[in-house]
Amino acid sequence: MDPKPLRAEPLVSVRDLSFYRDRRLIFQGLNLAIERGKVTAIMGGSGVGKTTLLNLIGGRLIPAAGVITVDGEKVSTLPRRELFRLRRRIGMLFQSGALLTDLDVFENVAFPLREHTHLPESLIRDLVLMKLELVGLRGARRLYPAELSGGMGRRVALARAISLDPMMVMYDEPFAGLDPISMGVITKLIRELNDALGMTSIVVTHDVTEASAIADYIYLLDQGRVIAEGTPAAMQASTAPEVRQFMGGLPDGPVAFHYPAGEYLADLLGS
Amino acid sequence: MDQDWRIVSRIRHIGRRVLDGVARLGRAVVFLVRLVPGFSVMATRASLVVQQIYMTGVLTLVIVLVSGAFVGMILALQGYNTLVRYDAQSSLGLLVALSLVRELGPVLTALLFAGRAGSAMTAEIGLMKATEQLAGMEMMAVDPLKRVVAPRFLAGWVAVPLLAAIFSAVGILAAYVVAVSDLGLDGGVFWAQMQSGVSFTNDILGGVIKSVVFGLVIGWIAVFEGYDARPTSEGVSRATTRTVVTSSLAVLGLDFIMTAFMLRGL
Amino acid sequence: MQTRTVELAVGLFVVAGLAALAMLALKVGNMPMLGSDQYYAVSADFGNVGSLKDKAPVMLAGVKIGQVGHIGLNRNTFEAEVTLDIQKKYNNLPTDTSAAILTQGLLGEQFVSLEPGGSQRYLKNGDKIRITQSAIMLDKIISQLLYSKAGH
Repeated sequence: MDPKPLRAEPLVSVRDLSFYRDRRLIFQGLNLAIERGKVTAIMGGSGVGKTTLLNLIGGRLIPAAGVITVDGEKVSTLPRRELFRLRRRIGMLFQSGALLTDLDVFENVAFPLREHTHLPESLIRDLVLMKLELVGLRGARRLYPAELSGGMGRRVALARAISLDPMMVMYDEPFAGLDPISMGVITKLIRELNDALGMTSIVVTHDVTEASAIADYIYLLDQGRVIAEGTPAAMQASTAPEVRQFMGGLPDGPVAFHYPAGEYLADLLGS
Repeated sequence: MDQDWRIVSRIRHIGRRVLDGVARLGRAVVFLVRLVPGFSVMATRASLVVQQIYMTGVLTLVIVLVSGAFVGMILALQGYNTLVRYDAQSSLGLLVALSLVRELGPVLTALLFAGRAGSAMTAEIGLMKATEQLAGMEMMAVDPLKRVVAPRFLAGWVAVPLLAAIFSAVGILAAYVVAVSDLGLDGGVFWAQMQSGVSFTNDILGGVIKSVVFGLVIGWIAVFEGYDARPTSEGVSRATTRTVVTSSLAVLGLDFIMTAFMLRGL
Repeated sequence: MQTRTVELAVGLFVVAGLAALAMLALKVGNMPMLGSDQYYAVSADFGNVGSLKDKAPVMLAGVKIGQVGHIGLNRNTFEAEVTLDIQKKYNNLPTDTSAAILTQGLLGEQFVSLEPGGSQRYLKNGDKIRITQSAIMLDKIISQLLYSKAGH
């Protein structure tokens, strides 16, 4: 159908996506495309559904309308078996890390390998140690998740996300709640891994500085749709008020400070 | 006017609770059906099930052994006290064995299991959900129903009948020790009376069937509550409580139904 | 992970559970072992079996040698027909052995007591014990006693 060569089409494309949660609108007519080999940041205030978007792309949620394709496959209509096959090629880094608390660091990173491959133990050991070396935690392999700091936990989760050498990694708020040093480490890792392993990265975040530093392209979401997009430089230079508000961190502006509510005075007086 | 409104809202509240309960039951049934394909884990990853039998069965063993021994000794003392009035203390072995094998073994084991292992199962699965571990598995293309839930469910199902048998056996042995050493009964009579009165098909198989059903129901409730828990610390603690309450009531209710069927010979 | 320890513990647990089941089945429940070829059956008719039940012990000189297999009613004589399963090793009971239904203690379980006779021939599977004594009905004796007392 598409005359363009496969390489040129985006790895992930979201077209006219609508999604509701408990009848509350999350997305309406959302369109975006994630280019191969790039780091794409998806930004927006808290609660605009950035995490939901990752879950939609990963096929854990079904859209009310619209189409999401990942590497040419329509996620929402894939049979379960095919969906699981697709997910093996996608790594995801949860905000909480989502490490398995009853396994140590080594076993956590080995988990996808043990579940999906029948590799001999010695090879699994080598692969796990390679991934741990990449995130600098080879020495922490016998620690349990409860013994890790937030930054270390997220690095372990990152090592686990790339243990099957995925084509794409999705990062859910990778910078949230980290000290500046850990933040710098994660930022560096996302960029380096993306380039060194030839992956595609989606970073969901509200941290403007970090996103600007590593992203090739930025989407800014609000009210269920994309309100601005462009390279970090273009976004910084944008004169559109919404973009300036977000990039500059201004409390009020076109992106409302208030959650939608009735008339304040009437509410206080109790109608 | 205000009164009317209050009644209406109360009725509405009750109606909603009932509907919630029915919907919950429906979800639980759907969940059980979805769980069935995961049973293949028994063949493909038996070590996961073994690990869980350890967590549920072996770690419940101590409390079952101790409780079984005490219940057996109590039955011996109480039973002797009553039987001796009718000069029928030779039937003590029979009384103890029937009480344990038919009722106390399966039921008390099930209640202990629900409190010791069922609650732990719920809390574990609920916490894994709350900390996104289950979601993480799904995104790693690992089915948590198969990897996490099915092994726990199966382990509980296997463990309860074994624990119940151990409970009854230990109880009978403890009663024997008390009867012979403390109450001065003849050991041979103790066993002979028991053997003449306990039927293999009715009493022992009946007890085993009960404990198999209890194991299924407790495991089902425990994993469902965990999986269905709201992913917050409060949600998990509520789910854990609910597992113990619901499975205890379910065990007693089912026990009544099954006993009625068994005594009437179906 | 100490997988080995876990496996060992689970193995022991399963063995203990099965052993407990086996004990319940054999020692407590007296499971019919591999069919009934350990026993041979003789029958006896009684005027009244009282509260004798299936599986009640059959004793000889106070030793249990078998159990009651089946209790039925003979439609012609209106007597109770009781099948006694006797262990094979006691295959030398004389044909003129007598059977009585007695009670253990005052209100205990009823059982069948055998009293061997002097015949040189032995009971075989399917034979009938001719000399029987029915259950002693305590309430009947008491009422007879009262009537006879009243008679004096």
